[in-house]
Amino acid sequence: MPRKQIHLAAHFPGVNNTTVWSDPAAGSHIEFSSFAHFARTAERAKFDFLFLAEGLRLREQNGRIYDLDVVGRPDTFAILAAVAAVTDRLGLAGTINSTFNEPYEVARQFASLDHLSAGRAAWNVVTSWDEFTGENFRRGGFLPQEKRYSRAKEFLSATGTLWDSWDGDEIVADKDSGEFLRDGDPGRFAIRSDQFDVTGRFAVPRSPQGRPVILQAGDSEEGREFAASSSDAIFSRHAELEAGRAFYADVKGRLARYGREHSDLKILPAATFVLGDTDAEAAEKADVVRYQQVSGQTAIKFAEQLWNRDLSDRDPDGPLPAEDPIVGENTVSKGRASVRMYRDPIATANEWRAVAEAKGLSLREVIVEVTARHTFVGSASTVAAAIDESVQTDASDGFVLVPHITPGGLDEFADTVVPLLQERGSFRADYEGTTLREHLGLKPSPTTTDPTEVSP
Amino acid sequence: MAIGPTSGSPDLHLAVALADCGWHPAAWREPGARPHDLLTGGYWADLVSEAERGLADLVTVDDTLGLQSSSPFRPDSRTDQVRGRLDAVLIANRVGPVTRNIGIVPSQIVTHTEPFHASKAIATLDYVSTGRAGVQLRTSARPEDAALFGRREIPAFDRDAPGADDTGPLADLFDEAADYAEVLRRLWDSWEDDAEIRDVATGRFVDIGKLHYIDFDGASFSVRGPSITPRPPQGQPPIAVLAHRTVAYRLAGRAADLVFVTPRDDADAAGILGEVRDEQDRAGRGAEPVHVLGDVVVFLDSDASAARERKARLDGLLGRELISDAHVFVGTPGELADLILSWRAAGLSGVRLRPGALPYDLERITRDLVPELQRRGAYRTAYTSDTLRGNLGLARPANRYATAR
Repeated sequence: MPRKQIHLAAHFPGVNNTTVWSDPAAGSHIEFSSFAHFARTAERAKFDFLFLAEGLRLREQNGRIYDLDVVGRPDTFAILAAVAAVTDRLGLAGTINSTFNEPYEVARQFASLDHLSAGRAAWNVVTSWDEFTGENFRRGGFLPQEKRYSRAKEFLSATGTLWDSWDGDEIVADKDSGEFLRDGDPGRFAIRSDQFDVTGRFAVPRSPQGRPVILQAGDSEEGREFAASSSDAIFSRHAELEAGRAFYADVKGRLARYGREHSDLKILPAATFVLGDTDAEAAEKADVVRYQQVSGQTAIKFAEQLWNRDLSDRDPDGPLPAEDPIVGENTVSKGRASVRMYRDPIATANEWRAVAEAKGLSLREVIVEVTARHTFVGSASTVAAAIDESVQTDASDGFVLVPHITPGGLDEFADTVVPLLQERGSFRADYEGTTLREHLGLKPSPTTTDPTEVSP
Repeated sequence: MAIGPTSGSPDLHLAVALADCGWHPAAWREPGARPHDLLTGGYWADLVSEAERGLADLVTVDDTLGLQSSSPFRPDSRTDQVRGRLDAVLIANRVGPVTRNIGIVPSQIVTHTEPFHASKAIATLDYVSTGRAGVQLRTSARPEDAALFGRREIPAFDRDAPGADDTGPLADLFDEAADYAEVLRRLWDSWEDDAEIRDVATGRFVDIGKLHYIDFDGASFSVRGPSITPRPPQGQPPIAVLAHRTVAYRLAGRAADLVFVTPRDDADAAGILGEVRDEQDRAGRGAEPVHVLGDVVVFLDSDASAARERKARLDGLLGRELISDAHVFVGTPGELADLILSWRAAGLSGVRLRPGALPYDLERITRDLVPELQRRGAYRTAYTSDTLRGNLGLARPANRYATAR
């Protein structure tokens, strides 16, 4: 029986403490040459897609712009369109927010990107940010939490309507007869929902994939259901085997309710990696990297985000704060996704204290431990085996990998791990299709016309 | 400020306006036209590369939010003209990495789009093209564009009413566009050039003293800043507007580095130029260099009668004579060179040529007109810079926040 095929994506290292900017090998995260290098490496390694996150306001802490991590990034759509010029097959995925955009515009941009890349566009749909981010936009920050989620659903539905507003066979462009369009009315739409009242004609004819690949991140009950109903792939945080298998079974189990098959949704946990010639050498390197990622200052800042108070007078090599976090409106940290993960700050603080006590760890050491994302550590063969095991045992369908160095952090993985995955027969030796849907093994996007009705 | 010749190098500026299969609505039916490629990256890369072979300062990429229509103010249901187009800013970014010297200036419709998004997209185009980005700001008074967003009503108004340039809905739309330009510029300056310090000793990636809130608060929107994207390579990518009347000359005078105008003849060119300069003075920008380029729709052939026949054939397919807001030129490269130099003598910086049919008239521009201008010593024989500002003779501006200190 053929082995289940692994899907791999490369996340360009960005604005968070995972990115080690102080390393002499670290290059620009803004210059296009960095994106071109990173994308070409991913394509050389036959990855499914490149993934870019998005920022809409610089993060702040204690009322100051947060300056310990990489700060700043280019525009997502613009970079993906430019990467389309320097790659041929690699999928191009970007996070685009549904709160500070309008469906007509986002649909037009993704349809344009899909045309310009000949069928390689993907959209990571995110729902929100806060009033803080809203200060950069006309809409402002008035949308309450529950409205943001319903807006996201209506937004996705609206963009789907727009993408389907052209069947795909309208353009005849017969120079002799003078017929450009088969009929005079393609692209007409009317969308009326709680949040939207938009009508007119969509400017972009049906794109190569019909619709971009829809990606989504999220772990809540609502998020899992949303992904099962309407996503093509989900970024999960469950990269460990046991947790991964539970998540995988749960989400895949929801698909049938929506008339979807097991293979219609790919589950791609986020992970990073540290490679070495031997497992021991890799483990040593990984330790160094972790302490580069979590400096004493960074550890204090992390603690402030949970404790929601100024801790600048604390010693990172000392104990965790004895007092409890301030619960309620977060006043210390703005614009950070991680803050929203601490749903019950007092319980989280108690967990961290338990870790410190059990292992005899300082504040910094605790932060190193509790903020670690899943990391594949080892020689190339160890890492290849671990990735393959995850996929073959249905803990995942593959991984979204983020190296800790820009832009060369993917090079070693491409040169050493990928060939081993190919030898195992678990990863493609070359692209078989041209579109991202084909790379991911997804069905073509549904069309509003039956292709058999298309006249020759 | 008039921009005079610099010693030893001709200072005529040429821009090429790209749209669909050309500016004649029937151009898609020409033998060399590529109507099936309009939605591909390769089509646009080929056209911009051709313009670059002709040493043009820049190309503009035309755009509309909604589907093309033969009427500026209402949709149509025609089946005999090009319909369907891609986002111009994304086309520009797709083309950036595969060209080297030419400026790339996409249209951005400002009436319905977020200035914060536009600012970072154009800054990114400047990174992607290593210093060749610009942007042409366009307003939209079309009710059907407003319906695509459903967020605001654009009131019906009479463009020809007395005073429409000074007060009322049209003036408001252009005031909003001026605010938009101000937000773009402040966001581009919101990072000082050396804000990224990567100081390992202190653990600081940026010097936050060199990042600035822009705190723009206008009638239609407010923006806090700073940008998420560092100051682009040119500092300020040039801002362009197309202007046909006083309200637009005023926007140009307040906000633009480049103005595309539509004179009928030399005298008209001189008159329009005077209006733009007056508006510059009124805006307190009289000392700043602002290039004024005359738009011309061109049908070019080495034999004038061939050009006339080609244009007549296209008009025949259209069923009427071509109507344009700009002067329509039909003739030889030599005759067009005469017209360009005469407009230059009237004070314009040069022209933006709108090829009647693509790629045919573009190739006549790059392969016949440009050599003709070079023979007359009126046009450069190589790019003098690899940035758009450099080729336009515009200095890289100081950062307003750095100089304010």
